[in-house]
Amino acid sequence: MTQATLTTKVALKINGVTVEADMGMTILQAAATAGIRIPTMCYLENVSCIGACRVCLCEVEGARNLVAACSTPAVPNMKVKTNSRRVREARKTVVELLLSEHAGDCPTCDRNADCELQALARELGIHENRYEGERTHKSLDLSTPAVLRDSGKCIKCRRCVSVCAETQGVGALFPQGRGFDTVIGPAFARELSTVPCVQCGQCAAVCPVGAITEQSHIERVWDALDDPNVHVVVQTAPAIRAALGECFGCEPGTLVTGKMVAALRRLGFDGVFDTNFTADLTILEEGTELLTRLKKALVDKEDVALPMFTSCSPGWIKFAEYYHPDMLPNLSTCKSPQQMFGTLAKTYYAKKLDKTAQEIFCVSVMPCTAKKFECQRPEMFDSGAQDVDAVLTTRELGRMIQEAGIDFMGLPDEEMDAPMGMSTGAADIFANTGGVMEAALRTAYEIITGRQLPMEKLHIAPIMGLEGIKEAAVTIEGAVPAWSFLEGVTVKVAVSHGLTNANKLMELIKSGERSYHFIEVMTCTGGCIGGGGQPRFCTDEVRKARISAIYREDEGKSLRKSHDNPAVKQLYEDFLGQPLGEKSHHLLHTRYTPRVRV
Amino acid sequence: MAIAENGTCTCCDAPTEEDLLERLKAFLEDYKNTPGALIPVLQITQNLFGYLPESALKLIAERLDKSFSEVAGVVGFYSFFSTEPRGKHLVRVCLGTACYVRGGKDVLDALKGSLKVEVGRTTEDRNFTLDVGRCFGACGLAPVIMIDDNVHQGVKPTQVASILEQYREGGAK
Repeated sequence: MTQATLTTKVALKINGVTVEADMGMTILQAAATAGIRIPTMCYLENVSCIGACRVCLCEVEGARNLVAACSTPAVPNMKVKTNSRRVREARKTVVELLLSEHAGDCPTCDRNADCELQALARELGIHENRYEGERTHKSLDLSTPAVLRDSGKCIKCRRCVSVCAETQGVGALFPQGRGFDTVIGPAFARELSTVPCVQCGQCAAVCPVGAITEQSHIERVWDALDDPNVHVVVQTAPAIRAALGECFGCEPGTLVTGKMVAALRRLGFDGVFDTNFTADLTILEEGTELLTRLKKALVDKEDVALPMFTSCSPGWIKFAEYYHPDMLPNLSTCKSPQQMFGTLAKTYYAKKLDKTAQEIFCVSVMPCTAKKFECQRPEMFDSGAQDVDAVLTTRELGRMIQEAGIDFMGLPDEEMDAPMGMSTGAADIFANTGGVMEAALRTAYEIITGRQLPMEKLHIAPIMGLEGIKEAAVTIEGAVPAWSFLEGVTVKVAVSHGLTNANKLMELIKSGERSYHFIEVMTCTGGCIGGGGQPRFCTDEVRKARISAIYREDEGKSLRKSHDNPAVKQLYEDFLGQPLGEKSHHLLHTRYTPRVRV
Repeated sequence: MAIAENGTCTCCDAPTEEDLLERLKAFLEDYKNTPGALIPVLQITQNLFGYLPESALKLIAERLDKSFSEVAGVVGFYSFFSTEPRGKHLVRVCLGTACYVRGGKDVLDALKGSLKVEVGRTTEDRNFTLDVGRCFGACGLAPVIMIDDNVHQGVKPTQVASILEQYREGGAK
């Protein structure tokens, strides 16, 4: 074997500069390591190369045609020009042709000033429309509660196809038809409601243009805020505070909790609360549920559904209903924190104000589109009204703040209202993959042993970070008498994010290759911080920045374990009684419905 | 239509859709773990049913573990796949360059008029389906039409009715 085949490095010249790239890298990746930017459109990290748009064309010495940098491997001694006149003109033509078909109404488009096609046209210096021709036909798909499709604006880059099939394992979208008439859509270009879409909105998160967005609830929220007869409360999910700043030019990972609260007050909300409050509550309910299941299995030798899965993420719930209906008994019966909050706002909180459920309008701000689906599920009316009336994505809240003329960055930091604005650091980390599990173990370990979880900074390192499937095991030593049956038991847990990983985990469990007691599943890569409703554009680098911001928020709190939340304790004393009690059962728990996949 | 216990229709011997779906299931067992099975399976299915009914496509998606959208996308991409029941005879008009130049379009118009259907549709009596193709490789014989596996050469619009007549009940073919 020669020296050359052993080396793992490849030396090539890009724009005359020698670049050392790793073997197997594409020209695009090699250029990036040298700080050379090649414009792209269909390129998406973490999925297989799409190579559809031809925006990343480059000139390679000796090659007859221009090559796509995203799909051409860097090889030794290659000479690449990324910005020659020939390249610039070809790229320009490619984008001009995309623009010639694109039925975009830029000034009124949801993506105006936040559009990758617009930005590319500007970057490439396109100032006229040289190709006049037929434009893609406008066709609005409003068939689902969360996701809105406008095929007229679609430029057929196929990012949505890749993320839906590869990252989420759903495949709701696929090119239908051929040539100019191709529609990226559900089977036979029918409505999205005809296929098993889980409403996660990752398609909307990766869409470079305005072809896929969320169904907006902005108008209904303005209407409620303007109505003097309704008391409008708002809850904000933990992931919002680490991303909302990006709507106002902040770097990813900037925490804006205080400014967010101030902005919500200025928008006119009567109560500014925190989904974190019900995240803490979830830990008490779900933790108790897990311990009850373990007791039934280990002591009473009952046939009980284990492992237990978390149920916070509505995309995952809908996915399980479609793809794993046999496992529905394994899902925790706990409602998600959003829905627990809605029910309590219209019962516990309404009672405090001497109001009825109908007199309260509950808005939630979520990093998620599937929450718009979840809030209108028939199971989510336990307060006597729809528990959560409107769901805004992080992006929508950003837009409302802009519409209201609020100088977000100039706002002072303010505190959430009591009692439902009180939370611990354990609730903050619900935003991250691994966070719900860590929060649950912080509480469960302490309940079982009477001692704090013996980990540095209370973090469970093996389940942190962006690896798709993560595992941890905690052996119980020194259990208090009530939980002595768990003495010596090694509690095995797993965490997955991205539904393809949930599928993989499910296969490992069903084949018996792996066994666990408790599993956290989040729909989106990185967890809620990478949700379908977050500011665009989310890469792994952005995810990491948001994740570390959330851990900072957690570490900065004096209370970091859900069972220490005094407002939650008060809630049990005044209203609920005890975890899994009669009232909890009625208000905070739910049931699931098997769905037909095709 | 009366259905006998074995799944076949009692008034004629044609198998029912349920019967054909059962046969498709058997084929699908063989292709379950074969990469790239989708197109061969779709061909088998079209041969079995004469077209690709939605019930069969959903079964294929389920058994091959593919999304229904992907299966539908592949079906829609290839013009030889049809999701509509086909007539007893498939009439295809060549609109490749040579046939087009020598009057293929006029032949097509005559066929539309004679059959009273648009391209891609089937006559009410289920006897003919009209379709177009791009070059059948018989440019020297242009304009050509194909009915089932038969090539008709040098077709004039005025001959269309008599050619079709050969394929009707009691006709020459």
